[in-house]
Amino acid sequence: MTATESHVPQPPRTVEVPLGRKEPAVDVPERWVSLIGGGVLTVYGIARGGVGGLALALAGGGLIKRGITGRSWLNRTGGALAVAEGPGALPGAREILIEKAVTVDRAPDEIYRFWRDLRNLPRFMRHLESVEIVDDRRSRWSAHAPLGMRVRWDAELVEEVPGERLRWRSLPGADMENAGAVQLIPAAGGRGTVMRVTLQYAPPAGAVGAAFARLFGEEPRQQVADDLRRLKQMLETGEVASTEGQPSGRY
Amino acid sequence: MRAVCWNGVADVRVKTVPDPTIINPRDAIIRVTSTAICGSDLHLYSGDVPAMRKGDILGHEFMGEVVELGPEVKNLQKGDRVLVPFPIACGACFFCKRELWSCCDNSNPNAAQAEEHWGHSPAGLFGYSHLTGGYAGGQAQYVRVPFADVGPLKVPEGLRDEQVLFLTDILPTAWQAAEHCNIQRGDTVAIWGAGPVGLLTVVCAYAMGAERVIIIDRVPERLETARRKNAVIINDEKADVGEVLRDITGGRGPDATIDAVGMEAHDVGLENAYDRARHAMRLETDRPHALREAIMHCRKGGVVSVPGFYSGTVDRFPMGAVANKGLTLRSGQAHVHRYMRPLLDRIQRGELDATFIITHRLPLEEAAHGYDIFKNKREDCIKVVLTP
Repeated sequence: MTATESHVPQPPRTVEVPLGRKEPAVDVPERWVSLIGGGVLTVYGIARGGVGGLALALAGGGLIKRGITGRSWLNRTGGALAVAEGPGALPGAREILIEKAVTVDRAPDEIYRFWRDLRNLPRFMRHLESVEIVDDRRSRWSAHAPLGMRVRWDAELVEEVPGERLRWRSLPGADMENAGAVQLIPAAGGRGTVMRVTLQYAPPAGAVGAAFARLFGEEPRQQVADDLRRLKQMLETGEVASTEGQPSGRY
Repeated sequence: MRAVCWNGVADVRVKTVPDPTIINPRDAIIRVTSTAICGSDLHLYSGDVPAMRKGDILGHEFMGEVVELGPEVKNLQKGDRVLVPFPIACGACFFCKRELWSCCDNSNPNAAQAEEHWGHSPAGLFGYSHLTGGYAGGQAQYVRVPFADVGPLKVPEGLRDEQVLFLTDILPTAWQAAEHCNIQRGDTVAIWGAGPVGLLTVVCAYAMGAERVIIIDRVPERLETARRKNAVIINDEKADVGEVLRDITGGRGPDATIDAVGMEAHDVGLENAYDRARHAMRLETDRPHALREAIMHCRKGGVVSVPGFYSGTVDRFPMGAVANKGLTLRSGQAHVHRYMRPLLDRIQRGELDATFIITHRLPLEEAAHGYDIFKNKREDCIKVVLTP
């Protein structure tokens, strides 16, 4: 961080977990090949559309970044992850890690039941399209991606302690590896329940990561904060505060 | 329907807009029978509150008849005549349960924006900028009321709109401002601003047992109205307020002071030039002349109560006086839900009357004129009631 930047009080919105080791450098001719090839792939991918097109575009983005930075984003191996150690841990790579705590004026059991039915999650997580239950542990998730596309993955519950803790993670073959956890802690003085939520995403590669991160808009942390505020409103009031559809003199 | 829309600085227009509809299960739609222009609406009118958008429907003091109900509102029926508190409160969160209704956790859809400005988000408010939710307001023929099972209070038979309309905001605001002063028998209370809230605070402070209420303003008809309510009046254009207050209180100072002016205080001279310059450069959003005086002239160990509206930062805030005189500073948007019922009872018993501040009754269509005369203190305007 430069001296100038240090004067701007910006709280860490997204924690990027550092890599275990540096990526191998790429030589100069290869960087040019990466740049040009990446550009072609990106344009083609966008023109083609669909999930395949997205993948191509994102891969192209990765190559462009490789060309610019001289670092390969494809050869990396794992760094340790802060939250998802143990059974839910994701392997390595550059992480998006969001942690957020919200106090809800409801009992832990009630909040747990709401989370445990994963089909409820798209009701307050705006980026999710749907969660289908496959069996007692497994579920099928679908999220909105940029350019009107979708990202899909299967997930499994890796830990469930009723009224206390729920953890899940994506299964191999996911469009994007991810994991999540919610921990419910009685608030001091019996004043509701602190709901501590951790979401972790491992975008596939460099610029691909940036595009996937846009699942969460410009500010991932803010979006999660908004999601949890909606959940709190649903649990406490049975509805989400909204002005969508109200009249105004703007038209 | 017809509605009063904010169109820019000093520009409100009555427009035809779509009728409101039920959005959430706990909503109601009210046909507005009476609505008023609030002094705090003038902060929007003058463009001093951020996050206004062209076309926003104004108004947060209103009452009317229930015409439509969401499926979860069980305590009201179509045809009920109700008063609607200006803060929107869910009734279920930590804050509502503690009767801190204007601090409701769940009613501001733009809470993130408010958190950036103020650290935490207060309740959503009707017609009061997008920082507090951007809810369409009640200076209209119809209005959508969220959490209608919590806020609206049915009006008993035999009371006219005008007698109870101010229970939706300024009467509870005045009552809370006086209550914050913790008035003891024998106390002297000084109020800056003889606008609608300041005038009602005179009445409330006396009702709570104040020995003497002093009011400071410069508009002759407002001071005269205060005098008729037994206030001691000081015209700050003609007298040195500090000197007069010291004189009246034998040097000790008022036991409590109330800033019923807020962020657009008028003053002359160097301090005003300083505030206006800082304001123009956006180094200071609010101009706190009345607040500075209320702090400087309050007696040691006294209370400074601030019902006046502030939106951002103030400059040259006399914190040294607060700290070294051991002052208590109390503020906040009124927790209207807390006061509506008991104050309604007082009105019904004939112990409290707020109608004396009304100077103008206009049709909604003439709202722009109402804003103009209220803002510019023309036609001896103190309070405008609009009828849709």
